[in-house]
Amino acid sequence: MATLTEPSAVATRDSSPPRDRRKTSYPYWFLIPGGVIFAVFFLVPSVMAFWFSLTRWTLFDQEFIGLDNYVQFFREPALASGLWHTLIYAVVTCGLKVVLGMALAVLLTGPILGRGFMRSVAFFPVLVSTIGVGLTFQVLMHPTRGVLNQALDLVGITGPAWLADPSWALLSVALVDVWQGVGLATVIYMAGILSIPGEYFEAARMDGAGAWQRFRNVTLPLARPATISVILLSLIGGLRKFDLIWAMTKGGPGFTSDVMASVVYKQYQAGFYGLSTAGNVVLFLLVILLVLPLFWFFNRKES
Amino acid sequence: MRLSAAVLLAGVLTVSGCSAGSLGSSSDANGKTPITFLTNNDPANVKVAEAVIAAFEARNTDIDVKLDTRPQGSEGDNLVKTRLATGDMADVFEYNSGSLFQAIAPQTNLTPVSGESWVGDLDPTFKQVVTANNEVYGSPWQNITGGGIFYNKPLYAKLGLQVPKTWADFMANNAKLKAAGVAPVEQTYSETWTSQVLVLADFHNVSAADPGFADKYTNNQAKFATTPAALAGFQHLEELKKAGYWNSDYASAKYNEGLAAVATGKAGHYPMITFGVTAISTAAPDNVNDVGFFALPGTDAAKNGVTLWEPSGIYIPKTTKDAKLGAAKKFQAFLASADGCAAEASATPVGGPFAVKTCKLPDNVAPAVKDLSAYVDAGQASPALEFLSPIKGPALEQITVEVGSGIRNAPAGAKLYDEDVKKQAQQLGLQGW
Repeated sequence: MATLTEPSAVATRDSSPPRDRRKTSYPYWFLIPGGVIFAVFFLVPSVMAFWFSLTRWTLFDQEFIGLDNYVQFFREPALASGLWHTLIYAVVTCGLKVVLGMALAVLLTGPILGRGFMRSVAFFPVLVSTIGVGLTFQVLMHPTRGVLNQALDLVGITGPAWLADPSWALLSVALVDVWQGVGLATVIYMAGILSIPGEYFEAARMDGAGAWQRFRNVTLPLARPATISVILLSLIGGLRKFDLIWAMTKGGPGFTSDVMASVVYKQYQAGFYGLSTAGNVVLFLLVILLVLPLFWFFNRKES
Repeated sequence: MRLSAAVLLAGVLTVSGCSAGSLGSSSDANGKTPITFLTNNDPANVKVAEAVIAAFEARNTDIDVKLDTRPQGSEGDNLVKTRLATGDMADVFEYNSGSLFQAIAPQTNLTPVSGESWVGDLDPTFKQVVTANNEVYGSPWQNITGGGIFYNKPLYAKLGLQVPKTWADFMANNAKLKAAGVAPVEQTYSETWTSQVLVLADFHNVSAADPGFADKYTNNQAKFATTPAALAGFQHLEELKKAGYWNSDYASAKYNEGLAAVATGKAGHYPMITFGVTAISTAAPDNVNDVGFFALPGTDAAKNGVTLWEPSGIYIPKTTKDAKLGAAKKFQAFLASADGCAAEASATPVGGPFAVKTCKLPDNVAPAVKDLSAYVDAGQASPALEFLSPIKGPALEQITVEVGSGIRNAPAGAKLYDEDVKKQAQQLGLQGW
């Protein structure tokens, strides 16, 4: 969030007279160490990835095959569903994190008992290892022995086979993702809400606005930068999600919870390195195609 | 700047320091030749490795074998490939035979051992799956195993059932088991690899119906979806699911639960490979003798036989040289000797016959292994498709889960698998794809 708003704010606020440029700005060679690290660890591997996605390589040798990997990848029957699942997963987790994160933040910035403790509780799942969360929920969501369905049984509901039922598997993982990630959204929202000057709420209250009206007309619009951050972060996170899905279902049953990242991983596992790299490039482009327009859209509205 | 240069230099020194350490001489402090043996980290497998190393060191006091382990499955495959590609492989290592063996480029990476005296003792089918370009590269690690169906013997006795030789007999047995209130066929889709057995173990029946299938399949002339005998494996899955013969928790059950279910009589059948005998002895130790084994029934009772899985091999990379190479060759030869087999058998219950002619099965083998040996001795056996062809599609386990769960029907599953096979063949650069 800070990166979205700060540069312009600094630029307009900084009204001190311009100083001698040669004295203040750093020489270019100061950029070299950072530049070398960036080039070696980020730029070169990225360019190599694009190259390898055009080859068939086995670690022992490689052969240039043009765009065949991409053709194969888009013909891959599991991919079409994988792409679709990725979008569903990203939208569901992103949407729930925005709504629940906002609700929790409003609750946790309000006058409630044990606020500090409640805030830590909300943030706690973010700190736990994702693989650990996945394996724990795999046990909790076991259709017969899992605590979740045993609890539902007590109130007379027969719970679904969360991870083994093809129509539930993807959704179950998404719900666990929301449980784990909503703490981060809440913290971002809390920062956004707490930065709204109290006078606005006071003024609204003086004008006779109720709690809903204060939320609707003061909190929601003024926490907009926080909303943008939460949407972008959770959307990108959702599109790239792998660890939780792998720990919980490995894309199963069958291919019913396969997303782009797990399809890519499976190709790599099978030894199809070129194909797997091509899948990564496709995932990279997908994230850019979805997030960049969104980013521009939000920023245009902001200024 | 100076600081970062110093940090960089320190980093370089640390890295080079690391490799300098491992360049030491070929014998250690006590004058022994140290070699490293790399195998997978399955607990039962590690137990065997430890027993074999102890027996080997007792006979070769001048050699010190250090055990190193790697993950199982495709993660381990990638590790082996990476270590071979970077010239960093252990002195001796255990790895798959058959199609996966061909994928590690034996000619460029491994030391051929065709001239060794023990090669003549190898079972011919095993020799074939560790051979590339007429050179033999490996000695066997553990046993030949058979794919088929584990059945509960007390249940069969109680209900007066006979071991089925055709699919129709098998379905009739299932109907009686269901009427008796037990799950006729166990499936364990929480561990997806277990779902493939009904398709893969059916290969003896496929090759009985069409002896040239493996070659035609490799040359892109035969497909699972269009060859009735090959399609049968997928149809079996669909049929059993539709008849309601699975255990109720098939979608979430695990391999060990499946073994325990068939051993204790909760389920009548469990399609599995006989290496499961080793795990039954930990999953249901009191019931090992209650489990029998029969080959997957096909259409023709006269051609009934079992599909065999060859053991993985013990290989020496080209990077092993001088004294270490001599020691590594001795270790490799030991595993192809009667003493080596005995050491393997002493650690865990064996899952099938040995691939070495001089080795004898111990008398106390599990009944399921005796059942398997009967097929092998009678010559009613053929190797699994993955040992006759370099192609095995990687997504078969997901596809069989889908067919067995009713998500996809048998013809669609077979067709999808043909696509998967095509992809594998293209990646291997085979002709005609």
